[in-house]
Amino acid sequence: MNNSVTNTARLLWAGLRALLVLTLVTGVIYPLAVTGIAQGIFPGRANGSEIRADGKVVGSSLIGQAYNLPLRKGEQTPAPDLKWFQGRPQNGLGSNTVNTRYKLILSGATNRSGDNKDLIAWVTAAKAAVIKDNSVPGYTVSPSAVPADAVTSSGSGLDPDISPAYADLQIHRIADRNGLSVAQVRKLVDAHTEGRTLGFIGEPRVNVLELNIGLKELVEKVS
Amino acid sequence: MGPVLAGVLQLLALIVALGLAYVPLGDYMARVYSSDKHLRVEKWIYKAIGADPDTQMRWPAYLRGVLAFSFVGVLFLYLLQRLQGVLPGSLGFSSIDPDQAFNTAVSFVTNTNWQSYYGEQAMGHLVQTAGLAVQNFVSAAVGIAVAVALVRGLARSRTGELGNFWSDLVRGVVRILLPFCVVAAVVLVACGVIQNFSGIHEVGQFMGGSQQWNGGAVASQEAVKEFGTNGGGYFNANSAHPFENPTPFTNLFEIFLLLVIPFALTRTFGRMVGSLKQGYAILAAMAAIWVGFVALMMWTEFAHHGPAFDIAGGAMEGKEQRIGVGASSIFAVSTTLTSTGAVDSFHSSFTGLGGGITILGMQLGEIAPGGTGSGLYGMLIMAVIAVFIAGLMVGRTPEYLGKKIGTREIKFAACYILVTPALVLVFTAAAMALPTPGHSMANSGAHGFSEILYAYSSAANNNGSAFAGLNANTQWFNTTLGLAMALGRFLPMVFVLALAGSLAEQRPVPVTAGTLRTEKPLFTGLLVGAILIITGLTYFPALALGPLAEGLAS
Repeated sequence: MNNSVTNTARLLWAGLRALLVLTLVTGVIYPLAVTGIAQGIFPGRANGSEIRADGKVVGSSLIGQAYNLPLRKGEQTPAPDLKWFQGRPQNGLGSNTVNTRYKLILSGATNRSGDNKDLIAWVTAAKAAVIKDNSVPGYTVSPSAVPADAVTSSGSGLDPDISPAYADLQIHRIADRNGLSVAQVRKLVDAHTEGRTLGFIGEPRVNVLELNIGLKELVEKVS
Repeated sequence: MGPVLAGVLQLLALIVALGLAYVPLGDYMARVYSSDKHLRVEKWIYKAIGADPDTQMRWPAYLRGVLAFSFVGVLFLYLLQRLQGVLPGSLGFSSIDPDQAFNTAVSFVTNTNWQSYYGEQAMGHLVQTAGLAVQNFVSAAVGIAVAVALVRGLARSRTGELGNFWSDLVRGVVRILLPFCVVAAVVLVACGVIQNFSGIHEVGQFMGGSQQWNGGAVASQEAVKEFGTNGGGYFNANSAHPFENPTPFTNLFEIFLLLVIPFALTRTFGRMVGSLKQGYAILAAMAAIWVGFVALMMWTEFAHHGPAFDIAGGAMEGKEQRIGVGASSIFAVSTTLTSTGAVDSFHSSFTGLGGGITILGMQLGEIAPGGTGSGLYGMLIMAVIAVFIAGLMVGRTPEYLGKKIGTREIKFAACYILVTPALVLVFTAAAMALPTPGHSMANSGAHGFSEILYAYSSAANNNGSAFAGLNANTQWFNTTLGLAMALGRFLPMVFVLALAGSLAEQRPVPVTAGTLRTEKPLFTGLLVGAILIITGLTYFPALALGPLAEGLAS
């Protein structure tokens, strides 16, 4: 009996020493070495791919943002500022109590199933809003032209991209609201459209923050 | 090019990349676990442990090593979380509550990486880097060690000796996981994964105001999270978060990382038992299931049946634009057919049948190709069951690799395959029968049931992914899922090592005309059939109530 207790204690002691030494190797030396290499070679990437505009940081090219008007009295959620290109819906952000709307960035999805009543309502409302917001005199959005990414929330709730189809659909509205020609805005969108990597990896996309920075520059240049 | 074709091409690219890595990595791992030499740094580590790496262990000693090391790991990680609030590097986060700390400690030690906490709002640099990431390495190494012990049991005869646990553990970390993870982490940073030790800080926004970010050693953890089939995200959104998975390329790269060791271990197995063909037969069974599941997943996700998806015109809910439906389908299948559980898209918002495919993938026992080590030993157990079934059909004593599968061996194998279904079904039934656990559901109806079935399938099979709408941070779920993870990890290991010991003691039987040739395609077919039938019969009723009901209704 005594013998087995001693043996167990000896074994656990060996286990603890193994854990501590492997913690030193994989939990201290390894992350510090990788951080050293990362900060030495790719400091911009390692620190969050920040983008600057007019000399100040305006976010990360990897993290989505909201382009909203200031919250008015009596509003639960702020209305979108339709002068700017809009990203994907943020139901994942406002409604699941996890997220605090980009304050401390907290990522997450809605996790609603395809037959979930909330999700059906959100998607229906988002689709109606996309059609209403983007239909301007002389250009009406047809329901079948609205792509899926325009009416669904992403996995992270921080998706920085939209599909080229959703960007195209916003062109007339953006031109209208900013006093630009449709051709000018289309050119801007085309310049910011990224195809699949090597032609087949992932999906084509448009980075909304970069697109809006480009739009701001264009508006300033024209006026 | 359409998205379907792009998805198929990504699958093909992945197969080519895995094929290129298969021989060199598989042979390298065989050399690592067969070599007599110790590296200088390893000798230093053995000295610190106080273990002689050249002592051969019989199965009980090997098992005691596994259990002692894992027990200490749970205790250490538990205390680290409980003390977070008073330790440096906490980012100001408080200590984790006892039930959640228990759940998380068990979760990371068992290679499950189920998370009932939100990474970016709960765990500081110290716990993430010196606690969770460490277990990402060592739990993967423990899994490979147990698989290698079973392979030695098949390869050796008239001895009970299975190798040395400490040596296998240390070699797995030092020679396999660490060097590749350094390279992978640097590749990830180059693509945009963050790697810093910033505190919580403000970053300006386009429309004014600011976002608050916390930094972290994300790339270094991301690399081992995938390479060691762990899957615990640094952030709540896991590999859907752009800081963990910034580009379409990193997405494919992460899928590659989480599949490469489990597939290559079949080569290691073939090398160590002296017949590469035996390894190919196992590989073929794994690959057939994996490709079949990916094809089914792409079909259902591109078809996007379901009321909300019909209105939206696509199953993009919970998926990232840069990754898209095709690559998300490949990731979802790969993560649930291994013990990874990382996600680049949220399975709860997949179509009904798509969600069912992820659940079934875990319920197969995560053997196609499975976790690091656990996939190989799980598949070898199924091979034992398959030769047993074949033996019953022709009335011969079954053999596998020259070893008789007698009463003792088949008892161990049978116990192995009963453990996880028992855990999954009993705990799911208990959660459904009790009044309060159901309050955690985010969806109602069939999908609500699926959330709970998913949770226990994930925990007992050591996967870690979730239908994440379920609020799992309750005492009930933290405790029962913690138990399911611990029992689902260590009980099967007991049976694997006992089987290994029993096989190693046998003298080999000569191959005769009546021997079932386990390196032939016929056997691969038998093996796949046995896996599908056994799992299907076990779980069909439960699946019919959840994902099948949801999928067939839409």
